[in-house]
Amino acid sequence: MQWGSASEFFAMGGYGLYVWTSFIATALCMVWEVMALWRRRVAARAEQRAALLGGTDETAA
Amino acid sequence: MIWSKYSAPQAFYPLAGRLIPWFATVAVILMVVGLYMGFFVAPTDFQQGESYRIIFVHVPAAWMSMFLYVVMAVWAGVGMGLNARLSFMMAQAIAPTGAMFTFLALLTGAMWGKPTWGAWWVWDARLTSELILLFQYAGVMLLRTSIDDLRRADRSSAVFALVGVVNVPIIYYSVQWWNTLHQGASVSMATGSKMAATMLMAMLIMTIAFWMYSIAVILARVRCVMVERESLSTWDEKAAAMPQAVEAR
Repeated sequence: MQWGSASEFFAMGGYGLYVWTSFIATALCMVWEVMALWRRRVAARAEQRAALLGGTDETAA
Repeated sequence: MIWSKYSAPQAFYPLAGRLIPWFATVAVILMVVGLYMGFFVAPTDFQQGESYRIIFVHVPAAWMSMFLYVVMAVWAGVGMGLNARLSFMMAQAIAPTGAMFTFLALLTGAMWGKPTWGAWWVWDARLTSELILLFQYAGVMLLRTSIDDLRRADRSSAVFALVGVVNVPIIYYSVQWWNTLHQGASVSMATGSKMAATMLMAMLIMTIAFWMYSIAVILARVRCVMVERESLSTWDEKAAAMPQAVEAR
């Protein structure tokens, strides 16, 4: 363990901006990808259900 | 043989659905362990100070960017050879995640380059070839969306992906073949590791975590692709009793 305090940990020896930007950007990309896939799945299944029930473009839209 | 059974999309769809939570759980656990080791166990680097800790996302992202490209090209090749729909769908599902990791490798690389080299970006062989990889992923995806006919879109993007695979060894060996600003490999099959054991362990755990994450999101995406392309209600476990739906395309 090399951190004396929380502020020392967040400072990252003066490289905090670079280190935390890297880790936060990676986390945001992953969260965004998972959420985008979730939305895509909901949309795909809604369209599939509409096609099965109605069959016509009017009901699907 | 079990594998030939699951090569049919109808069988693969529920299998993928069952596998996703397992890969996702392992990914989350390994990320927590890897981050803990990376920030609290691994020592400060004697040359680069704390900035080196970017390695714990940079190297896994860069490895995944290359690895996923090869896997995508293999699926594209299998799709071309066997004319298998599932293979093309897998190639389609891999591309966005591979592109994301390529982007992250470049971004975290810039974050590491600025304090280490004094520049966000340099046109050295490693950085340039990785940037080209990002354009290749973009090309594979754009080619698919720009062609309406599904079979032609599959084959065109597969050919593009296969031709581009030559860039992967160029990226990997660029630090040996050219005199690059980018540092050489810290981990090598031939010479072993030049890193402290805990640093190496944290990096490898993060790599496996990113790998498991990739499998989970790619399986989730290939399920979306299957529904979008063929809208088969019978693929869904819950709707198994419903009558066979007609193939949309």
